[in-house]
Amino acid sequence: METMPIGKAINAGLRAAMDRDPRVLLMGEDIGPLGGVFRVTDGLQKDFGEHRVIDTPLAEAGIVGSAIGMALRGYRPVCEIQFNGFVFPAFNQITTQLAKLRARSHGKLSVPVVLRIPSGGGIGSVEHHSESPEVLFAHTAGLRVVMPSSAHDAYWMIQQSIASADPVVFLEPERRYWEKGDVDVDLGPGEVTPLHRARVLRAGTDATLVCYGPTVKLALDAATAAAEDGTSLEVVDLRSISPLDVDTVAESVRRTGRLVVVTEAPVFHGPGAEVAARIQEACFYSLEAPVKRVGGYHLPYPAARIEEHYLPSVDRVLDAVEQSLAA
Amino acid sequence: MSDAAEGPDRAEHEVPGRHDDMVQLLDQHGVRREHPEHEVDLEPEELLGLLRDMVVLRRLDTEGEALQRQGQLGLWVGTRGQEGAQVGSAQATRRQDHVFPTYRDHGAALARGIDPVHVLSLFRGVDHGGWDPVEHGVHPYTLVIAAQLLPAVGYGMGVQRDGAVGTGDPARDTAVVAYLGDGATSQGEASEALNWAAVFQAPVVFFCQNNQWAISEPVARQSTVPLHRRAEGAGMPGVLVDGNDVLAVLAVTRAALERARSGGGPTFIEAYTYRMGAHTTADDPTRYRLSAETEAWREKDPIDRFRTYLRSEGILDDDYEAALDAEADEFAARLRAGVIALVDPEPVSMFDHAYAEPHPQVLAERDEFLAAWEQHDREAHGELVGGAS
Ligand SMILES: Cc1ncc(C[n+]2csc(CCOP(=O)(O)OP(=O)(O)O)c2C)c(N)n1
Repeated sequence: METMPIGKAINAGLRAAMDRDPRVLLMGEDIGPLGGVFRVTDGLQKDFGEHRVIDTPLAEAGIVGSAIGMALRGYRPVCEIQFNGFVFPAFNQITTQLAKLRARSHGKLSVPVVLRIPSGGGIGSVEHHSESPEVLFAHTAGLRVVMPSSAHDAYWMIQQSIASADPVVFLEPERRYWEKGDVDVDLGPGEVTPLHRARVLRAGTDATLVCYGPTVKLALDAATAAAEDGTSLEVVDLRSISPLDVDTVAESVRRTGRLVVVTEAPVFHGPGAEVAARIQEACFYSLEAPVKRVGGYHLPYPAARIEEHYLPSVDRVLDAVEQSLAA
Repeated sequence: MSDAAEGPDRAEHEVPGRHDDMVQLLDQHGVRREHPEHEVDLEPEELLGLLRDMVVLRRLDTEGEALQRQGQLGLWVGTRGQEGAQVGSAQATRRQDHVFPTYRDHGAALARGIDPVHVLSLFRGVDHGGWDPVEHGVHPYTLVIAAQLLPAVGYGMGVQRDGAVGTGDPARDTAVVAYLGDGATSQGEASEALNWAAVFQAPVVFFCQNNQWAISEPVARQSTVPLHRRAEGAGMPGVLVDGNDVLAVLAVTRAALERARSGGGPTFIEAYTYRMGAHTTADDPTRYRLSAETEAWREKDPIDRFRTYLRSEGILDDDYEAALDAEADEFAARLRAGVIALVDPEPVSMFDHAYAEPHPQVLAERDEFLAAWEQHDREAHGELVGGAS
């Protein structure tokens, strides 16, 4: 067991994957001597060389497009997109090429590319550094979309993503990079939670909170606060946005009868909508109240000084729980 | 022997290629040079005005950095070393021209009459813009690399359709300046913009500040040919100018703007300069570049060189310098007070301008927000709950 922050855990996971498989290579802006703007690739170029840790020209379409080509040639590129708002120049490559090549080639072509994207807000930054673009990827068939919330998951999920034969969008909760946690680095095969399995992080009986990435800590905090008032909340970390582990959520909701989905992504047409729709299908007769969603507003991400009012807060989560309990 | 003929000292990361075509009117020691194509003929007051703008811009940079260190700004994007490029290019614009800056072009913003406090509001985190883009003819800063370039071309195409090029009327003929960095030239959209501008002969001047670095990546990681030579492939003239020579920058940009305004089409200018400080206050340049390199560029400082020249011409004296220092101090004090006085926006204001016409979901979210605000935030912020209002 080792203790490390989430950013370091991703670094360690990348290192482990690169040690294991010489075909794994990293591509991105400033990931070499600088170690990335969040230092997630710190030291990797020094140890693996410029051919495996590639500082690319400043061009996201170039990063993703050439990664696709390298993957077609048998490599396993892991691309770093510097910030969430800067992935859009690559969108064409991601949606029309990366996501579609396997289907179009009847499975003959494989593009096991991983896109690492720091995501979400809460770091007091200027615009285009705080967006939550997951639903745009989740809505694109052919991509897998995951987001760890702890150092342990970050360490293992990045390795599982690299090992996946499919392209994986690996979102990193940027405001949690510095959050420390225990990482069990010695797990054997079969002991690591599968990449797309949701996990119950806290058991409860009155309502279920579903969350992922940066809102997991928030949901756990809300559950702690609710417990003081005698309300017992179950917290489920989705871990994967596409595919969704509906079964784990449904089991929880059958026990608690109530569901609140907490995301940073805007609620309107957001990931919570998919969870809510699936759960009302699967658990219609177990639900004691309509599914509630708490998340971002349908607005451009606001200026840093007021972002706390945009981001879901413990208060907003508890309000939603209260409304659910009152229904 | 002229510096221009030698070209700038080249560190290993610089793009190999010929730099002997670099336009220079002042060498790095402040000695005036002739150039067969480019000349400026300025009155002493105009020359002093350029110095003043550069000194004030440098003070803006110093103050911005200090304010960030003191927690008054979330981030600062420095301009030190790029004063010649920014002031020279922006001073070449006319009132009716339109400027599409990046996030670093504070010199252009100041030259276009924007209150520096409004420039800093973005970096304080109270605003995404800060100034009235229509009033000043300056587009909001663009943080996504190269994303401003195609809109700049489109704006130029609009100018053409309005018949505001080639009329011969100096108050009417209009051009567009699109700023970009060396890193930005790598974006696909930069290539598209150059091509569009050439195909449609749009009145656009692409002003590329090659400050040698895109965060940690040297310009050699962006291009294997000197950046201005890209222009030829797109079908427009490409000019290399010493970006630390405010006179040469002014002359070259003026000529390019005149060409655009008169219907002659686009030009690409590469201003060869250097970012003396960090990429932003969040950056650590010691991780990727040697201090010897930065020191070598210090010798080419755009302000020192111009000051030397003005002194040698007897245009600048101690009295003016003292007055200028006092003006810069006063500017800094005003800026500091203005920034500290910037109040955070009302949280509910985030709902104000996303749409021009009512959007029912946004209105519903606004109601929800206000209800929750009544319940919690007011308490948290020590205001009355359910106040008498
Ligand atoms: C599309 C996009 N990708 C990445 C970034 C992150 N980023 C911000 S500034 C920068 C370097 C830009 O270098 P350059 O164009 O040379 O301009 P400079 O900052 O040196 O003035 C990078 C990579 C961004 N803002 N936009």
